[in-house]
Amino acid sequence: MSDTEKKVIIVDGQEIPLEGEKNILEVARKANIDIPTFCYHSDLSVYGACRMCLVEVEGRGLMPSCSTPPEPGMVIRTNTARVLEARKMIVELYLANHDRDCTVCERNLNCRLQEMASRMGITKVRFGERTEKLPKDESTFSLVRDPNRCILCGDCVRACREIEGIGIYDFTHRGAKAQVEPAFGKKLAEVECVYCGQCAIRCPTAALVVKSELDAAWKAVLDPEKFVVAQIAPAVRVAIGEAFGLPPGEITTGKIVAALKKIGFDRVYDTSFSADLVVVEEAEEFFRRLQSNSRLPQFTSCCPSWVVFAERNYPFYLEHLSSVRSPQQVFGSVIRNFVSKMENVPNERLVSVSIMPCVAKKFEARRAEYVHDGIPDVDLVLSAQETIKMIKMANIDFRELDPIPFDVPLSAGSGAGVLFGVTGGVTEAVLRYAYERLTGKELKEVEFKAVRGFESVREAEVDFDGRPVRVAIVHGLAHAQRLIQEVREGKRSYDFIEVMNCPGGCIGGGGMPLGYPDYQMVLKKRAEGLYNADRLSPVRKAQDNPAVKLIYERWLKHPGSELAERYLHTHYYSRRRISDEVIRIQEAKSARKVDVAVCVGTSCYLRGSYNILQKLLKMAKEYGVEDRISVGATFCLERCAKGPNIRVNEEIVSGVGEENLKEIFENIILPKLEEVYEA
Amino acid sequence: MKFTTRKELEEYTALLRERENPKRILVCMGTGCLAKGAEAVYEKFVEVLGAKSLSASVVFEKEEKSSFPLCPTGCMGICETGPRVRIEPQGIQYLRVRPDDVEEIVERTVEKGEVVYRLVQQEATNGQVRYWPLMRDDPFYRKQIRLVLRNCGSINPENLDEYLARDGYLALAKVLTEMTPDDVIGEIMKSGLRGRGGGGFPTGRKWQLARMVRANQKYVVCNGDEGDPGAFMNRCLMEGDPHSVIEGLAIAGYAIGASEGYIYVRAEYPLAVKRLRKAIQDAYAAGLLGENIFGSGFSFNVHIKEGAGAFVCGEETALIASIEGKRGMPNPRPPYPAQKGLWGKPTVINNVETLANVPIIILKGAEWFRSFGTTTSPGTKTFALTGKVKNTGLVEVPMGITLRELIFEVGGGIQGDKRFKAVQIGGPSGGCLPEAYLDLPVDYDSLCGAGAIMGSGGLVVLDEDTCIVEVARFFMSFTQSESCGKCVPCREGTKHMLSILQKIVDGRATLEDLELLEETALVVKDASLCGLGKTAPNPVLTTLRYFRDEYIDHVVHKVCPARVCQAMREFWIDPDKCRTCGKCARVCPVACISGRPKVPYVIDQTKCIKCGSCFEACPFDAIVVRWRRKDNE
Amino acid sequence: MEKPEQGVALSRSFEKVNAILEKHGYNPSNLIGILQEIQEEYRYLPEEILTYVATALRVSPAYVYGVATFYAQFSLKPKGKHIIRVCDGTACHVKGSEKVLKAIREYLGLRDGEQTTGDLLFTVETVACIGACALAPVIAVDNRVYGPMDEEKVRHVLEALERGDEVS
Ligand SMILES: Cc1cc2nc3c(=O)[nH]c(=O)nc-3n(C[C@H](O)[C@H](O)[C@H](O)COP(=O)(O)O)c2cc1C
Ligand code: SF4
Ligand code: SF4
Ligand code: SF4
Ligand code: SF4
Ligand code: SF4
Ligand code: SF4
Ligand code: SF4
Ligand code: SF4
Ligand code: FES
Ligand code: FES
Ligand code: FES
Ligand code: FES
Repeated sequence: MSDTEKKVIIVDGQEIPLEGEKNILEVARKANIDIPTFCYHSDLSVYGACRMCLVEVEGRGLMPSCSTPPEPGMVIRTNTARVLEARKMIVELYLANHDRDCTVCERNLNCRLQEMASRMGITKVRFGERTEKLPKDESTFSLVRDPNRCILCGDCVRACREIEGIGIYDFTHRGAKAQVEPAFGKKLAEVECVYCGQCAIRCPTAALVVKSELDAAWKAVLDPEKFVVAQIAPAVRVAIGEAFGLPPGEITTGKIVAALKKIGFDRVYDTSFSADLVVVEEAEEFFRRLQSNSRLPQFTSCCPSWVVFAERNYPFYLEHLSSVRSPQQVFGSVIRNFVSKMENVPNERLVSVSIMPCVAKKFEARRAEYVHDGIPDVDLVLSAQETIKMIKMANIDFRELDPIPFDVPLSAGSGAGVLFGVTGGVTEAVLRYAYERLTGKELKEVEFKAVRGFESVREAEVDFDGRPVRVAIVHGLAHAQRLIQEVREGKRSYDFIEVMNCPGGCIGGGGMPLGYPDYQMVLKKRAEGLYNADRLSPVRKAQDNPAVKLIYERWLKHPGSELAERYLHTHYYSRRRISDEVIRIQEAKSARKVDVAVCVGTSCYLRGSYNILQKLLKMAKEYGVEDRISVGATFCLERCAKGPNIRVNEEIVSGVGEENLKEIFENIILPKLEEVYEA
Repeated sequence: MKFTTRKELEEYTALLRERENPKRILVCMGTGCLAKGAEAVYEKFVEVLGAKSLSASVVFEKEEKSSFPLCPTGCMGICETGPRVRIEPQGIQYLRVRPDDVEEIVERTVEKGEVVYRLVQQEATNGQVRYWPLMRDDPFYRKQIRLVLRNCGSINPENLDEYLARDGYLALAKVLTEMTPDDVIGEIMKSGLRGRGGGGFPTGRKWQLARMVRANQKYVVCNGDEGDPGAFMNRCLMEGDPHSVIEGLAIAGYAIGASEGYIYVRAEYPLAVKRLRKAIQDAYAAGLLGENIFGSGFSFNVHIKEGAGAFVCGEETALIASIEGKRGMPNPRPPYPAQKGLWGKPTVINNVETLANVPIIILKGAEWFRSFGTTTSPGTKTFALTGKVKNTGLVEVPMGITLRELIFEVGGGIQGDKRFKAVQIGGPSGGCLPEAYLDLPVDYDSLCGAGAIMGSGGLVVLDEDTCIVEVARFFMSFTQSESCGKCVPCREGTKHMLSILQKIVDGRATLEDLELLEETALVVKDASLCGLGKTAPNPVLTTLRYFRDEYIDHVVHKVCPARVCQAMREFWIDPDKCRTCGKCARVCPVACISGRPKVPYVIDQTKCIKCGSCFEACPFDAIVVRWRRKDNE
Repeated sequence: MEKPEQGVALSRSFEKVNAILEKHGYNPSNLIGILQEIQEEYRYLPEEILTYVATALRVSPAYVYGVATFYAQFSLKPKGKHIIRVCDGTACHVKGSEKVLKAIREYLGLRDGEQTTGDLLFTVETVACIGACALAPVIAVDNRVYGPMDEEKVRHVLEALERGDEVS
């Protein structure tokens, strides 16, 4: 029993010590034994369905290594005839149900299914071709879903449910008819998707991919008439190198600038610069709120997924979101309104392209608020993945490129701005600004270690001129939802909350290169990369950024100015799911009637709208007018903060309660009834 | 009556026994007999007895001489011959009783004790008719030993007193007052009881594993999903003797330290749900469930969960998911339910029949139980005997009985005296055994060795008219449509296996297809996530093992020896009969019939798709159907 | 199905949905029971109601839809007044259930892929084992079991149902 004492298992003849790993797979990977997987992600729950990770455990047969806990003394082989035969047949079965036109596939040469087909040496699929062709979903700006390439690994289901707490997809039907799809087979644009791409980044095939804007980007750069300006988001610089054999986290800013210039971009700027502007504006906004003690906690607003999620689910918190636009949109505005003048290029000729880690930014760029006279502030959004393709397409040897700096005069982004790419970064950047601004003292130790790290929620208390300010940082919307719930229940209280949709922040964005197999390690390396970039930066605070000073001097005057308000801030709208469908409950018999609809959307429902509905029906009867009042139930009337709401004909009445229903009935509903009667 | 101590229950039991009326009219009201009109028969009895002022529906009123209690029961076993009626104390049994027969039964049998022979089970051999008026003589029952079914068909399942009169809940009382949980587990271990849900896992061991896990909450679940098509033993038990299941569940709860129990019943069993609900309600009212039972400090609640039509929910982890309100998709094991089950808590899942065995083992002891069956598979097993056998129905036999005894003695042999071909045991997870295995003893290990499994007890007898490939295709289509779709070997593998089998029965398959079928079957068996996929290839693998020739006939010779597969026919036009009307040619969907007026029409055999349209269309019966034969025949 | 009728059906039962949710304590683990009761009420699971149920139980609509499409019992399309379930379990299959099914579908004039008659009077489904295998082949109409069936007998049952009679 010496094995047991030493706590080791034997994998392919190699003794590997157990160090608290939850499954055989992790143990084997530690020893660089590359067991293939489709459905295992260390940050998601174990699913055990893809069967790629089967290994032979002595005395127990084939077991999935991803879900089998290692027991000391286990003897495991990952490549016996039995394992290989099964795995080969499994891949063959996958392929038989797969639209496998690899050559024209978005994931060609970057696909785990394709890789397995190659590794298993499959040259023939004996089960034939997939016969069923399901329509592709291209309804959003961010993602394309092709069910014909889905292998039902469920990674997207769990990513959206567990990381985002949204649950857009689920398995539907069963057996050979099983599918992964949104509710009722709807398109992504018709459901509550926040376009973050966390699902796509975990998808092993091209069933979920980032919607490509490559063609449009090429068209722009190749058009001599166009003046193409690019901005590069912080997170991108530590990831693009991964696709060219550089280690994750290696800073390749200068190489990216060089590549883009070679491709034909006329100007290349750093989104860190606009992040610095965001810091200044957002901090000033925060001070104003602190002073008036209103609209606190203040939520950050640079993550479009979080913003749209809030618009749908926390309409009552919209006033708490910082009104400052995201760095992408701030730069978009700067490009349209400042750079165009500076460069003397009319906006019709100027194409504004942003290079982002993010797929939600594609959606953000098309928000109505950011399109003026038909011209969007940001025309095209390229994810890091697309940018990599563009570089490859241009025959550029990325590794050998000599770095070149960003274009002047907006060249500088501070280290603080760079931190926007990692969770906690916005907070840290704001703190660096706020400290000096409030105390008037120089900040010596610029690194706020308390806000760094990957724990789902991190909090810190900072002394601002004698006022303790409590900040919280959360990433992943599932954690954010839990945190906000606790805030609403009064279990926690903060003045400032940073919310990022993606785990790790934008370094884990849905448009980044896929970090397979050890995604967590990749994220850590990327974060380190950004912290290094900050450390190496000559300017580490937004307020010290000369370009920021320049913009205020030459254009915006001062933070929070009317101009800044107009060009750097925005508004939010409640976007609750609207269903026109009124569920009819009582039908008026008379044509001379009043229509009353009671909101049973989540917010109103929780505030007791169903009781109101009942009471209303009763009241109509009491007043003997049940024949003349149609009563229905409807989803969200868009005034959740003031709910419960009802709609009487076209008029929305808010703040309806059981106690004041009688009053409302007599003063609003009955008079309307009289009106129609008199008419 | 609400029992607060064991003594109260025992006294009440004694009282019931003393007052029990040995006379009784038992009318089967199981699903089978109800379908055959048992309700009308029952009502007629009420009417006739009432008119004669004979009736008093009081089972426990011995004194009243005139009383002749009428008792609706659960399944008596041979549902096909329902509605069934039995007159006690003699045990005279009648079959296919119509309301019109009731008056005669009351007048002659109930009042005078005579037998109405026309309603009795009979058998004609060599022109000699033999009657089996008494249950104990009936060959159907003779080899049976009814432990689990002890009350089924003999008591009114909706009357708690009748269960109590037969020592009901005394086992629970014994357990709660004089045994520790470890004693209970010890006794069940000693009894050698193995799970009747299919796997045959030792029940005592399962309980012990769950007992050992520390947790603030544990659960016991009774698996009444019985999704195996062709099996209905659990339904009969739940309908016919629901209290025995509930009592077993409560004992299991006590043994592992669970205060909550669930009974998961499949959606297709509304009557079982109704009876279980009634039984649970009565048990609560009598203090046999609920808080502090018999003052022992043990509390136990039972909930019913109805399935919604998914075979895979019989699998333990899928069943748990289903109870939790999710899609019934299995999860990898480990962790086992005993470690992490319902809502993440240690959970024991047992089959209905397993649990119904528990009370008698506790009352009569492990030694007694071991006197039935074999050493490794003690006790009895219920089977749903169906298919082409004479006596179809519910039977209970000691383990180790041979298939031959089961099919030819209990089952009375093959219908229409055809030839026995195979028996399918264990449903879609089981296997097809040929004649050579008729003397195989029926126990867990022997069946396993032969490539079949005990399963839950479905036993379908196939005769010479059954095409074995078609049967394999049928099971595949079942598992294929019941696969949950979670893991690829099962989801995709069964789909392709089915399509190959379809190709074979359609006469389109090649030897490569057959090879691929076998290869796929082995991987599906080896690599699937749950029991459904792991066993789905069994029917194919066993038929390939025992009936490979028949596959070859289909694949190579395009011949179906059982004359089932329609594609293996040939249509010929008899030139002598053909009047050249041309009708056949007009209906043929592939236009493979040609001819001219005055020249008999001919079918191009290479193009014909055997649709049969021409055959039906010909007004002169000139088209003949022939089953293809092997060239050498 | 025509819109107005659907509207009426919905209005009648929306209240019921709340009562059902209430009864199940708004507990997502009772989802299957909730859906069963809703289906009992509407004879199918309308999309609006499922969305509403998801909101009330605080689960995603996709989750509810996933459950509703997993279990054979649930239907997202309206079902007929009488539900005829034809058993195609092993015992029934070997005793000729396919012929019975064919006879029923022919009698009702159902085209390929159709389950419900145009007048919404009948829905025909196949199920695996009703548990009355000894009477194979078996059908169940609105939970009443009939067996053994053949082409002739099944027609008799259908005729009686059309007349609105109790069949024995
Ligand atoms: C696909 C599948 C279906 C099953 N169906 C049933 C069933 O209907 N009833 C049952 O008791 N066990 C069924 N089982 C076995 C159960 O998973 C489980 O082993 C059993 O309920 C344990 O009880 P036992 O130990 O008392 O046999 C099924 C297993 C599988 C894999
Ligand atoms: S998803 Fe992968 S395997 Fe499928 S077509 Fe694309 S590259 Fe090929
Ligand atoms: S890999 Fe093969 S199929 Fe694909 S492009 Fe090359 S040669 Fe053609
Ligand atoms: S993009 Fe984000 S919200 Fe949308 S489905 Fe994917 S993970 Fe869910
Ligand atoms: S879409 Fe992608 S991630 Fe989702 S189940 Fe299909 S293959 Fe897996
Ligand atoms: S965290 Fe960053 S990458 Fe992710 S959605 Fe938000 S902005 Fe985009
Ligand atoms: S074996 Fe079949 S039923 Fe079991 S998990 Fe896999 S797909 Fe589902
Ligand atoms: S059986 Fe069908 S295909 Fe063949 S000849 Fe007759 S009508 Fe034509
Ligand atoms: S229908 Fe009959 S009689 Fe007429 S042509 Fe055809 S085979 Fe001859
Ligand atoms: S990775 Fe283990 S089953 Fe998918
Ligand atoms: S839920 Fe938004 S207004 Fe009612
Ligand atoms: S139902 Fe009456 S004998 Fe089985
Ligand atoms: S197989 Fe038809 S009722 Fe069981």
